Amino acid sequence: MLEAKALKKSFGKITAVDGVSLRAGAAETIGLLGPNGAGKTTTISMIAGLVHPDSGEILIDGSPLRGDTDPVKRKIGLVPQDMALFDELTALENLTFFGALYSIRGAVLKKAIADALTLVGLADRAKDKVRTFSGGMKRRLNLAAALLHDPQILLLDEPTVGVDPQSRNAIFDNLETLKKRGKTLVYTTHYMEEAERLCDRIIIIDHGKVIADDTLHGLHKLLPVTNVLAIELDNANGFDPARLRALPHVESVEVREGLLRVGVHDLSTGAPAILQWLAEHGQSYQHVTSERPDLETVFLTLTGRSLRDAR
Amino acid sequence: MIPFLAMIRKDLRLFFSDKRAVMMGLLVPIVCGSFFGYLFGGGGGNTEPSKMQVLVVDEDNSAISHAVVAQFSADPHLDVKPSTQIEARELVRKGKVTAAVVIPKDFGQDAGRAFFGGGTKPELKMLFDPSHGMEMGMIQGILTGAVMQGVSKEMFAGQTGRDQMKESLAAIDQASDMPPADKKALRDMLSGVEKWNERQEHEPATAKGDAGGLRIPFETRTEAITSGEGIQYNGYAHAFGGMGVQFILFMGLDVGIRLLLLRQSGLWQRLRAAPMSRTVLLGSRAVSAALISGFILFVLFGFARVVFGVHVQGSLPGFVAVGAAFSLMTAAFGLMVAALGKTVEGTRGYSIMATLIMVMLGGAWAPTFIFPQWLQKITVVVPTRWAMDGIDAMTWRGLDFSAALLPVGILLLFSLLFGIVAVMRFRWEAEA
Repeated sequence: MLEAKALKKSFGKITAVDGVSLRAGAAETIGLLGPNGAGKTTTISMIAGLVHPDSGEILIDGSPLRGDTDPVKRKIGLVPQDMALFDELTALENLTFFGALYSIRGAVLKKAIADALTLVGLADRAKDKVRTFSGGMKRRLNLAAALLHDPQILLLDEPTVGVDPQSRNAIFDNLETLKKRGKTLVYTTHYMEEAERLCDRIIIIDHGKVIADDTLHGLHKLLPVTNVLAIELDNANGFDPARLRALPHVESVEVREGLLRVGVHDLSTGAPAILQWLAEHGQSYQHVTSERPDLETVFLTLTGRSLRDAR
Repeated sequence: MIPFLAMIRKDLRLFFSDKRAVMMGLLVPIVCGSFFGYLFGGGGGNTEPSKMQVLVVDEDNSAISHAVVAQFSADPHLDVKPSTQIEARELVRKGKVTAAVVIPKDFGQDAGRAFFGGGTKPELKMLFDPSHGMEMGMIQGILTGAVMQGVSKEMFAGQTGRDQMKESLAAIDQASDMPPADKKALRDMLSGVEKWNERQEHEPATAKGDAGGLRIPFETRTEAITSGEGIQYNGYAHAFGGMGVQFILFMGLDVGIRLLLLRQSGLWQRLRAAPMSRTVLLGSRAVSAALISGFILFVLFGFARVVFGVHVQGSLPGFVAVGAAFSLMTAAFGLMVAALGKTVEGTRGYSIMATLIMVMLGGAWAPTFIFPQWLQKITVVVPTRWAMDGIDAMTWRGLDFSAALLPVGILLLFSLLFGIVAVMRFRWEAEA
C-alpha cells in the first residue's frame, strides 16, 4: 500500500507540488495525468526518495520513507522518464549492475535477470550492447531494470515516451502482467488514451495540485454530458438547433459543417427520441455515431484549458 | 559493500569499454612525455646541447680581433659565423640568430693600449634577440673570456704587443714628470716582457698550443648529483611525471564533468532510488577514479622504464604512496568540480583553467626552479607541486621513503579538503 499525504515541494520561488495526496493498493494502477510541468515527475521523485518533500509524508505499507538508505526503498521500483541504461554495456551487464545496487547477487540475481528479460521479451538479446537496441527495446529494458529486486510498488514516469505503437503495446502488456501479479503501479503520462487503457483510477494534476481523483467512470460523471450523438445531416441549411435543444433528453446541440452533435446523458433513451424528432421534421441523414467524451474533455472541463495546449 | 563494489566495477568497465579513448588517454601523455623528456636532456646518452647561433662582424680585421674571433668560435656552446652589420641586424630581428657581436674598427689597437691601463677602452657592440635574455648572459661570459685571452695573447706574444711595447718604452723615456725610480721599474718590467717575446719568436709555442697571453687560471669540473654515483640524470623521469600529473588531472576533471552529466540523466534517478548512501555513491566514484589514475601512472612509467630506462631510483613504496595519494587527490578534485559546477559548459571552462594553472605552477611543464622566487613560494599551495616533488624524489633523485612522507601527507590533506567541499556543496536534488 502506497500513501502520500499532502506533499509539498518548491524549487526557489516555483511551487512544483502543492499538497498532493494519493493512495494506491495492491494490484491497482493509478495514473497521474497532467500537462508537462504539472508536478507529476516531482511527485514521483518524492515517492521514490529522490527529492525530499518540504512537507507531507510518504508511507509504504504504513512505514514512513526516511533517508537514502531506508530499507523501505526496496519496496519501490522506479522507471525514470529518461532512459536509465549504460549504452556501452550489454543488457545483462546493465541488469547485473542494477541488481547489485539492491545487494542481490549470485543465483538470485541470475533468476531475477532471466525473469525480467523474459517478461519484457529481451531474453535473446541479453548479451548485446544496449547501444544496438531500438528505442522501444531500450524502453522495455528500462522497465526490466526496475523489476530485479521484485518491488511491490512500481513508479513509471512516462515510460512510453518516444516509442513506436508496437513497443508501446508490448509495454502495456508487461504492465498488465505485473498488475495481475499484484503490483501497485503508479503511472504518469500526458497521453489520455494510455491512462484510459491502463489505470483503475486517474489523478489529474495541474499547477502542482490534484484537481480530480476518481475512476474513469467517475471522471466522466463530472462532465455535463457523458455521450455525444453525431449525425451527418443531408441538408443542414435552415436547421434550428434551439428547437432540438428543447427535447427533454438533450443537454447540448451543435451544428458545424453539416455535422449535428447532440449531448445526452442517457444514450438509450436519448438517441431514439432524437432520431424520431429528425424524421418528424423532415431531416434526412447519412451516418449516425455515438462518441464518449475522453479525458481531454474532462481536463478541458475542469481547467478551462485543453490538455494539449497546456503541455 | 555489494553496491559499492558494483559501482566501482561498473566505472572501470565503462572506462575500459571505450578502447579508443583509453588508447588516446595513454598515447597523448606518452608522446608529450617523450617530447619534453628529450628537450630536457633525455636519458643522458643523447645530451648533445643545441648550439646558440651567433654572428660576428669583424670590422677591425686585426690580429687581435682575429684572435678574439678564433677564441670565441672555439666554444662548444656556440655556432659562430661571420657576417656584416646590416645582415646581422636583420637576422637578429627575424630571430634567425640569438645574437651578433660587432668588433669595431681599431678595436685591437685600442684594446691593446687599454690593456696596460692607457687609452680609452673600446666598445664591443652586442645585438641580441630580447626573447633570448637568458642566453645573453652566457654569451657575454664566453665573449669576455675570449677577449681576455685573445687580447692578452696578442699583447704578450704577438707583433701588436711588441710594437706597443716599443712605443711604451719610448714614452717612458720621454716622460719628464715620472720619478726615476718608477721609470726604472716600468722599463725593467716591459724590457723583461720584450725579451720574453723575442724568445717566443725564436721558440714558438709547442705542445702547449695556447701558450702566450693570459689564461683563465682555473678549470671547472661538473658533477651531476643524481641518485647514485655513475647514474646519469634521466630527463624523461621528470617529463613523464609532469605529463602524468597533467593528464591524470584532466582525467579527474572528466570524472567531474561526467558526474554532472550523470546527475542530469535518468541513471542518476535510478541510482538515487536504490537504498544507497551518498557516501557509497560519491565514494565509489572517487575510488574508481583513483584506480584509473593509478593505472594511467603505472602505464606511463612502465613505458618510460622500458623505452627510456626511467627507474624508480628511490623508494618503490614511496613512489606507490605518492602515486596513490595523487590519484586520490585527483578523484576528490573531480568530485569537487562536479559539486561546484552548475552547467556542463561553464564547469568545463573554469575547471580547465584551474587544471592548467595547477599543472603550470606545479612544475609539470617546466621545473619550478626557473620561476621567480615569489612564485616558487606561492606554489606550495598547489597540490601538483607536491605531486611533482614526490615523483621527482622517488624517481631520478633516488631519495628514500621518508622523502615521500611530506608530499603524501599534503596530497592527502588536499584530498580531504576537496572531498569535504564536494560532499558539502553537492546538489543531490534535481532542480525543477
